[in-house]
Amino acid sequence: MDMNKSGRLVPYPSGAFIPERDLGNMPVLEARHLGIDFGGLTAVDDFSLTIGRTEIAGLIGPNGAGKTTVFNLLTNVYQPTRGNILVNGYSTAGKSTHQVSKMGIARTFQNIRLYSNLSVLDNVKVGLHNTLKESFFAAVTHGFGYGKAERVADSVALELLDFFSLADLAETTAGSLPYGAQRRLEIVRALATSPSILLLDEPAAGMNPSETAELMENIRRIRDNFHIAVLLIEHDMNLVMGICEGICVLNYGKIITKGTPDEIRSNPTVIEAYLGRKGASETC
Amino acid sequence: MIYLVRTLISGLSLGSIYALMALGYTMVYGVAKMLNFAHGDIIMVGAYSIIVAVSQAHLPPLAAVLISVAVCACLGVTVEFLAYRPLRQAPPLNVLITAIGVSYFLQNAALLVFGSEQKAFPSIVSFPSLSVGGVEIDGITLATLAVTAVIMASLTLFISKTRIGKAMRAVSEDKGAAELMGISVNRTITLTFAVGSALAAVASIFFGAAYVYVRPTTGAMPGIKAFTAAVFGGIGSIPGAMLGGIMLGIIEQFSKTYISTLWSDAIVFGVLVLILVVRPTGLLGRKLNEKV
Amino acid sequence: MKANLKNRLCSKNAVTLYFITALYLVVSILVYGGWASRHLSSMLISISCYIAMAVSLNLVVGMLGELSLGHAGFMSVGLFAGCLFSIYTVGTLPLIVRLPGAMLLGGSAAALAGLVVGLPALRLKGDYLAIVTLGCGEIIKNVITNLNITGGALGLNTSTIYSGTKTLLPYAIALVFITVLVMMNLKKSKHGRAIMAIRDNRIAAESNGVDVTYYKLVVFVLSAFFAGAAGAIYGHSFANVKAATFDYNMSIEVLVIVVLGGMGSINGAVIAAIALKALPELLRDISDYRMLVYSVLLILIMLLNSSPRFADMKGRWSIGAMYKMLRYGRKAAVETEVSHGHE
Repeated sequence: MDMNKSGRLVPYPSGAFIPERDLGNMPVLEARHLGIDFGGLTAVDDFSLTIGRTEIAGLIGPNGAGKTTVFNLLTNVYQPTRGNILVNGYSTAGKSTHQVSKMGIARTFQNIRLYSNLSVLDNVKVGLHNTLKESFFAAVTHGFGYGKAERVADSVALELLDFFSLADLAETTAGSLPYGAQRRLEIVRALATSPSILLLDEPAAGMNPSETAELMENIRRIRDNFHIAVLLIEHDMNLVMGICEGICVLNYGKIITKGTPDEIRSNPTVIEAYLGRKGASETC
Repeated sequence: MIYLVRTLISGLSLGSIYALMALGYTMVYGVAKMLNFAHGDIIMVGAYSIIVAVSQAHLPPLAAVLISVAVCACLGVTVEFLAYRPLRQAPPLNVLITAIGVSYFLQNAALLVFGSEQKAFPSIVSFPSLSVGGVEIDGITLATLAVTAVIMASLTLFISKTRIGKAMRAVSEDKGAAELMGISVNRTITLTFAVGSALAAVASIFFGAAYVYVRPTTGAMPGIKAFTAAVFGGIGSIPGAMLGGIMLGIIEQFSKTYISTLWSDAIVFGVLVLILVVRPTGLLGRKLNEKV
Repeated sequence: MKANLKNRLCSKNAVTLYFITALYLVVSILVYGGWASRHLSSMLISISCYIAMAVSLNLVVGMLGELSLGHAGFMSVGLFAGCLFSIYTVGTLPLIVRLPGAMLLGGSAAALAGLVVGLPALRLKGDYLAIVTLGCGEIIKNVITNLNITGGALGLNTSTIYSGTKTLLPYAIALVFITVLVMMNLKKSKHGRAIMAIRDNRIAAESNGVDVTYYKLVVFVLSAFFAGAAGAIYGHSFANVKAATFDYNMSIEVLVIVVLGGMGSINGAVIAAIALKALPELLRDISDYRMLVYSVLLILIMLLNSSPRFADMKGRWSIGAMYKMLRYGRKAAVETEVSHGHE
């Protein structure tokens, strides 16, 4: 148990399942009773989740369950109507998306959002935006610290790209990359923001089994090398069951259940959510 | 009080012309998703057609109007075919520049053909004026308002009830999907331009009747005002175009009368900016929800 | 260090600067040697100002990706602010202080206008933003025309500060150089990348920590500054200036230059500015048909620009490609061109 910034004890486990190695550390992300309404429609309700410092967690649920909406809530793309979010103990209330990014959350998108006219290297360098010390004056004069900042940017970016075997493509225009490389680039760019937690939105979409296996490996490498947590939305059950330590299941904007992969796999409510009541009765 | 009403009437009159022009603009934008910058100049062509038909060919007014509509529709279709269709995949800014090129072309062609001195628009029909509670509303205003309302109603019915109207709505939402459903996107867009340009011709009748003098550059500023009115009301929305046009006319007239003619342009645009800041998609525009 | 310097001296940006230097060298020799025709002389300041306008608009349209139709308004603000300053100090300050002072003041006044215009623009996108910038340009025109201090509808009498090309040329050259240099440097910096990121994918940029609001304002303010400075010089080349000249037609003229030069490309903006301002002069002989031909050419160029086959061809024959060919040899040039996409 640990104290967060305001001195209160973080009340977990609360249906949260922090891996043993993270016990005793402040959770990196804590969502409490998040909710949002769009007009008359309640898209997400009473969403609470705690993620351990180096946990790999999964968020699953049928299509339209509200998973990406949750991501948007966590990054303040949508301001939550109810509830609050703590990142490393600090509240994100009222902050804009770019401020939340500075607090330590990075994300990728369901439909890849790359800077298609910029080179691969430049894409990653944009991720480094907040870590580079380059004033406007320096940028315009190419002096006063410009050279140093750009050298640092180049080396860090190339190192990150190398981690994912994208270094050779550094000068290619991002828009012309093959699909798999684009997905990897988006992850590299997110990592460049030095996050404490990485949110991946359907990272395995459109991948074949061998690519998925490679992705699983990469996610583990990210966690092991950068010591950050990963929360991913996925439909590919092999991936989810394979690497997630904790899984949260969403349906119609509400959490159905949380647990370890084994618990989720055999949970009848989950099966029903995906296959419908008839399907559930057939499998059971 | 009477002064207020009179200003209101003048505003309505001005506004109805803007509304008529804005309708054509918004139709084309709504379906083809492009700003036909040359719309104002098509109005100018329509006005000149009537001038030629009546003053030189001595044709009866109705025939002149029909000819003008035909000329404009053909012009619109031709311009679409030659200058806009090849650019359908191009970024919207390129299309805008091409439209600007077309606009300049029409202006200069008219300059060569008709010269730069102004020509008088013939009075083709006289509309009876109406007296309401001591205020006289001139016939042209009534006619413009009536025609604009009728056109707006028919357009709305056309778009919502007919098959072609449905095709237009489909193309406006998603060209690719519409094509896959068997809708000929080319033909739909061509038809849209034809209708939009025909509307421009109708607008030119009332514009000419109200302003009398026509020059090759006459279409430019009204084109900008029509664009403004269409965006003001929410671009792509037909009732929006009407509302935007009328409001623009009223605001312009009121600022001319009560503040100063000198400042009226600044005030009109100032109000526009204010309203757009408060309602970023125009008065009746649809909120575009970006999927994240 | 040495390799770094060599890289920078031979880079694409440097080539642009050499090109501009060479051009101005030739022009200066013509002007100061007395061989320049009256015609050419009078065009030079105007073209230089348009280059600065185009390069500064390119920041908004090409790099930020927003459509601004009111750029002439900023030029106008800068012109009147700068020229008024100049008129009031013509006796007291020497030229070498007065002109740069006018440019700085004009630029700053325009920058302020840019801030005011940028604020409502923050909430808007696409066509709605375009209309607001158009409206602001018209508002500026209207307001300036109505002020007494700027001479009202008859315009401002600048005969006291009117200066010929020989006097203004060095300042115009300085303006162009500084504008181009600032924009080029910005493009290759962290802030330039942030701005282009906003253009390419605003939502992703926000999630990467880019403060979109801040950058939108910065872009408007900076581009307005250079437009204003250009305006200040422009005003000195006339005996009388009216606000009405700086209307949406001029804004559109500059926009056409930027689009034709290729969005985001600074070299392109420079070349297009020169071409598009010189072209009507060259066509002067067919004067009646001049604008007609110009508009047809414009349409044809836009059609060509957008056809994919032409884009291929353009890539192979662009200045960048030719430069690569000279440096790396033909084969390498083709390879890098294929993988590089466009600048």
